[in-house]
Amino acid sequence: MNIKIQGGRVIDPAQQIDQVTDLYISGGEIAAIGDKPTGFSADQVIDASGKVVSPGFIDMCAHVREPGYTIKGTIASETQAAVAGGITTMITPPTTKPVIDTTAVAELILERCEDLGKAKVLPMGALTQGLEGQMLAPMHGLASSGCIAFSNAREPIASSLILMRCLEYAATHDLLVQFQPQDASLTAGGHMHEDTTSTRLGLNGIPEAAETIEVARALTLIEQTGVRAHFGQLSCERSVRMVMDARERGLNVSADVAIHHLLLTDENVNGFNSDFHLIPPLRSQLDRAGLRQALIADGIQALCSDHQPHEAAAKDAPFAATEPGMTGLETLLPLSLMLVDQGLLELPQLLAKLTSLPAKILGLDNGNLQPGTVADVCIFDPDATWKLTEETSFSKGKNTPFMNFELKGQVTHTLVNGKLVYSRD
Amino acid sequence: MFEQTDPNQIQLNCEGQLKHYLTTEGLSREILTEILDTADSFVDMSEQEVKKVPLLRGKTVVNLFFESSTRTLSTFELAAKRLSADVLNLNISTSSTSKGETLKDTLMTLEAMHSDMFVVRHSDSGAAHFIAEHVTPKVAVINAGDGRHAHPTQAMLDMLTIRRHKGDFAPLTVAIVGDILHSRVARSQIHALRTLGAAEIRVIAPQTLLPRHIEALGVRVFTNMEQGLKDVDVVMMLRLQKERMNSALLPSESEFYKLYGLSEEKLALAKPDAVVMHPGPINRGVEIASSVADGPRSLILNQVTNGIAVRMAVMSMSMSGQATEKQKQAASGE
Repeated sequence: MNIKIQGGRVIDPAQQIDQVTDLYISGGEIAAIGDKPTGFSADQVIDASGKVVSPGFIDMCAHVREPGYTIKGTIASETQAAVAGGITTMITPPTTKPVIDTTAVAELILERCEDLGKAKVLPMGALTQGLEGQMLAPMHGLASSGCIAFSNAREPIASSLILMRCLEYAATHDLLVQFQPQDASLTAGGHMHEDTTSTRLGLNGIPEAAETIEVARALTLIEQTGVRAHFGQLSCERSVRMVMDARERGLNVSADVAIHHLLLTDENVNGFNSDFHLIPPLRSQLDRAGLRQALIADGIQALCSDHQPHEAAAKDAPFAATEPGMTGLETLLPLSLMLVDQGLLELPQLLAKLTSLPAKILGLDNGNLQPGTVADVCIFDPDATWKLTEETSFSKGKNTPFMNFELKGQVTHTLVNGKLVYSRD
Repeated sequence: MFEQTDPNQIQLNCEGQLKHYLTTEGLSREILTEILDTADSFVDMSEQEVKKVPLLRGKTVVNLFFESSTRTLSTFELAAKRLSADVLNLNISTSSTSKGETLKDTLMTLEAMHSDMFVVRHSDSGAAHFIAEHVTPKVAVINAGDGRHAHPTQAMLDMLTIRRHKGDFAPLTVAIVGDILHSRVARSQIHALRTLGAAEIRVIAPQTLLPRHIEALGVRVFTNMEQGLKDVDVVMMLRLQKERMNSALLPSESEFYKLYGLSEEKLALAKPDAVVMHPGPINRGVEIASSVADGPRSLILNQVTNGIAVRMAVMSMSMSGQATEKQKQAASGE
């Protein structure tokens, strides 16, 4: 199957390409950019004029909910939502039921994905069995069966000794460890950022220290063990600064942020709208400004959706009684483009944080458009305005404050392994 | 990026009149004053032989209490009855929710009984807002306390008590003392006192019982009670829950009493004509000395009497606000 993507603005941050040209795909791989390869005869031509052609997005954190929570989302529904959002690869955390602490669960996710043939879901393995913080999960075996990184998710390991051993073991096998840093006791019972708004609303606060304490502990042990580590969905300016300082000292650490933390603040919780009930919570304006600065300064290398679909009932209660999280696969691109509109980043810089940089962190071969690379491609119209509605959203979860919100930038085509898996036409 | 409309506007109808009563925050001075004036007339009425008016005749008021309460529930019941409403009391803390019924299901069941007003107490902050957003139009919602967020009838009965004893709010320095962190009463009092123009509002507590950035609500923060009580006109004490000792917020009741309990000696630091209030039920010897609670400057029992009047006021105002809106909508619909 040969596909020609014609006349689009091809942006490949990995090769620093940004030009209006043609992209040739053959045998599931990128064949060429610009000049037609010899003997290439297109079976399909996609007109990309006025559109951007980019490597498919790599989402560092998206909950697919399967196995275990299929009332909230399934691999089928969420991978369809992903490709509708231009996401061709997503990392799912180990918080499924059962937890991703056996090769069977990892393989189940990978096989189901392959059968469906939409976006690729790469499981993140548990650091400890059952995420209980007691016994090491079989990391080497999990990695062999396809786990891309290891994390204890938002279940901090109480014993620093056990955490250190996890990191030593991961370092032994050169495995990437991901932290979603939060201190258990400072987070317990909290529902939003602890500040003026939580005081006014009478909602239990989660102080900034809930994040920074765990970042500090993790950095100390990362430095001692030499493990490769990544911080996911940082929410506080101070934690990002700690990670940046560590990078400057030469530690092999990186960080991502969920797009909504760059756009919203704790003040959005005014009125008790449960769509703004998130963990980590939306933080202060100062935190948001700090995260945005860190994004420009490359202290934050990747943007993610932190997609967390829920059934309607999980959000239909007084704020504190609702489950945290919002969907994000289908809004990742238009929300990220707001940063370009706001003059924070140039488009190629932004796309790097959605493609080549997460690929580099994860050690993936895709995330670029070099000839010979697997053809995971996203085509989007950067100027199209549209609204996500409950009817048009593919995700099982409809829980986003951006539902029915006017968005700019819409994915028109998505290719995975050189196959067109999503098309708006 | 999202339109920052005031979420408390949900309390007002198209004419700017009260139609739900959820929080004192965001209500204008005119509305708060109207509540006080209306309540004043009901206080006078309750001293008469016949204590009933027909303002809510034919209406059904459901007291929906997800947290148990004797005092608040009984004053709401009396208030509704004095307005001639039919009253249904439901203590849901132990029935439906433990069977897994959601708040919304409970609400829909009760709506099917054609209720006109819900008086709601719930342990979750924002529960009254949630209910107001989900009830069918023309049903009024009165917040009888939601989590740590608001207890607006308590705050306004306190305001009524202050006004009846002090007259004007403008020259007053008011101190709120004790467990501010967990107190919905304190939050509602602060908003009401600010809107009504009190000269200075103070909160007095140890740091463990103060919510983060409480000063942003427009109060002066004192951690030393002797300094905080100096020259105040009104001392509003808060109830201290005994379980606070277990959560490492305080070392002991006796240490709390020594530092923050209202004794005669500490009260002597306030103005000579300072009055003492407490939302009840009081813990004698924990937050207040018996001699102060029962003393000549205590208004604790006046607060209870005024509580019925304030609850009558907000119930009748909300019901009339709902009726006005319904008429307007019917007129514009034709």
